[in-house]
Amino acid sequence: MKIANKPIKSYLLIVLALTTFFGYASDPVKSQDGGIVDTEQEVKDYILHHLKDSHDFHLFSYTSDGERKHVGFPLPVIVWGENGLTTFMSSAFHHDDAGHVIVEKNDSRFVKIHSKIYELEEGATTVNFDDHHHPTNAHKVLDFSITKSVFGILIIGLLMLLWFSRLAKQYKNKSIPTGFGRVLEPLVVYVRDEIARPNIGDKHYRRFTGYLLTVFFFIWIMNLVGLMPFGFNVTGQLAVTAALAVLTLIIYTFSAKKDYWQHVLWMPGVPIFVKPVLAVIELAGHFLIKPFSLLVRLFANISAGHIVVMSLIAIMFTLKNELGTVGATGLSLVLSFFITLIEVLVAFLQAYIFTMLSALFIGMAVEEHDHH
Amino acid sequence: MEQLLNDFSPGLFIVQTILFLLLIFLMVKFAWKPILNSLNDREEGIKSALDAAENAKKEMENLNADNERLLKEARIEREALLKEAREMKDKIISDATNEAQEKAGKMIEQAQAAIETEKKAAMAELKSHVAGLSIEIAEKVVREELSNKDKQLKLVEDMLGETTLN
Amino acid sequence: MTVPNLVGAGLIVIGAGIGLGKIGGSAMEGIARQPEATGKIQTAMIIIAALLEGLAFGALFLGK
Repeated sequence: MKIANKPIKSYLLIVLALTTFFGYASDPVKSQDGGIVDTEQEVKDYILHHLKDSHDFHLFSYTSDGERKHVGFPLPVIVWGENGLTTFMSSAFHHDDAGHVIVEKNDSRFVKIHSKIYELEEGATTVNFDDHHHPTNAHKVLDFSITKSVFGILIIGLLMLLWFSRLAKQYKNKSIPTGFGRVLEPLVVYVRDEIARPNIGDKHYRRFTGYLLTVFFFIWIMNLVGLMPFGFNVTGQLAVTAALAVLTLIIYTFSAKKDYWQHVLWMPGVPIFVKPVLAVIELAGHFLIKPFSLLVRLFANISAGHIVVMSLIAIMFTLKNELGTVGATGLSLVLSFFITLIEVLVAFLQAYIFTMLSALFIGMAVEEHDHH
Repeated sequence: MEQLLNDFSPGLFIVQTILFLLLIFLMVKFAWKPILNSLNDREEGIKSALDAAENAKKEMENLNADNERLLKEARIEREALLKEAREMKDKIISDATNEAQEKAGKMIEQAQAAIETEKKAAMAELKSHVAGLSIEIAEKVVREELSNKDKQLKLVEDMLGETTLN
Repeated sequence: MTVPNLVGAGLIVIGAGIGLGKIGGSAMEGIARQPEATGKIQTAMIIIAALLEGLAFGALFLGK
């Protein structure tokens, strides 16, 4: 990557990776209900739990006087259930994630299982699941809560606004930015000149640059924040990447020119009996494959990165018997350090690829073909 | 696949969509538009400055060429002027010489003519004087001579003889 | 995960690995042949690799 060539940026990357790594290492690996993680199954559960969204901002937990103490702060829960909109703070669940604590509010009873809120039906006290993991005596609610991810989105959104509006203000006085603006400006120029312009074309790129810049910085910052200790795993949420992909789909669908639709629906220059087949394939590509590949790629890369890093950290516990405490810890440190470095690169790469492919799809839609 | 769909939270999807649209709107309004506009302005400024420099360079070259041309022209003009002046000088000198010669010639001619006429007049006067004197002398002589008859005859005869000889 | 799932995932990874290897190899060859086109080749390589990756991930998740 071009960015890695600059010495100062490489140092930044290393510093970032180090902080990330130590953050992970110092993050005590504890299971949700308080026990120390030891067995492989517990490690697996912990990792899966970490990947999920949560309804409170949990920093760490410790045991004192035989009692689990949780440090963090609650976040508001906003759900749309049978009886309309209900709001309460997530502290009402008392850090329960197994469906034991029932919150009664607004004539509805809610429980939280694996970071999911269920509304219990009349008379039920615990949620029963069938073989396919569908609840039999409760149902899911539409969850608009300010979860950890939403909290992260809000914070990062505000941060982006602050940074870039400050950069914008700097231009009013002089044409060269100072301070942090000097870091941001080349990135903006990079997205405009290397992603938007060559893929969309000189004629139309201006209209889409705003979207592409927002997507690029949002994903990149989110990926990096996801790597940090106490960070938010936002781009590892399927719903978030799906929302981004659907926005790209909407943009390239509504900005598509007549030419593009003609090529999709009734491809010129092929035999007439092939045309319907091609149309089906092209339509599937347009509405399914393109957005699906976008959303799955980002989600899978980020999730996979988290799983790998956390599994390597878990070596500390899982291989303790075979390698001894020092050996297992050392191995885990070295491996997770290098994987974290790679993840920092992946964080940029995924933001770049998402933006690049969005630009490419938009470019295909607005392109005007020469008439054959 | 099933587990993934199970994990998918529609609420988060909606919240993210709304927040992200808001973010795009705000970013475009407060950040990207001014940033991109000023970047464009700056790039255009740099471009126009470069163009201006290029133009100035070209102008300088043109000016230099002009100067050169002007110098050359001036030199040629000077030479032409000098040549003309020289020619004029020569011409004036030759003209003057010619005129002087002509004038001198004329004057000489006139003088000659005047001398001629004077000479003629003098000659004529002399002739008339001589004639008058001759006549007076002749008269005196004749008067004396013709006082006697012989002498008169002799004279006539002499004169006659002379005239035929002449 | 059942055994057929695991085998399928393995097959997907093998396929994607071969594909990525071919892309990377061809890109390297291209760069070696025309070092001045490095930027363009890299961009194209990343796009194709990303498309392949999307396909592989899609298949993996369908099987999960």
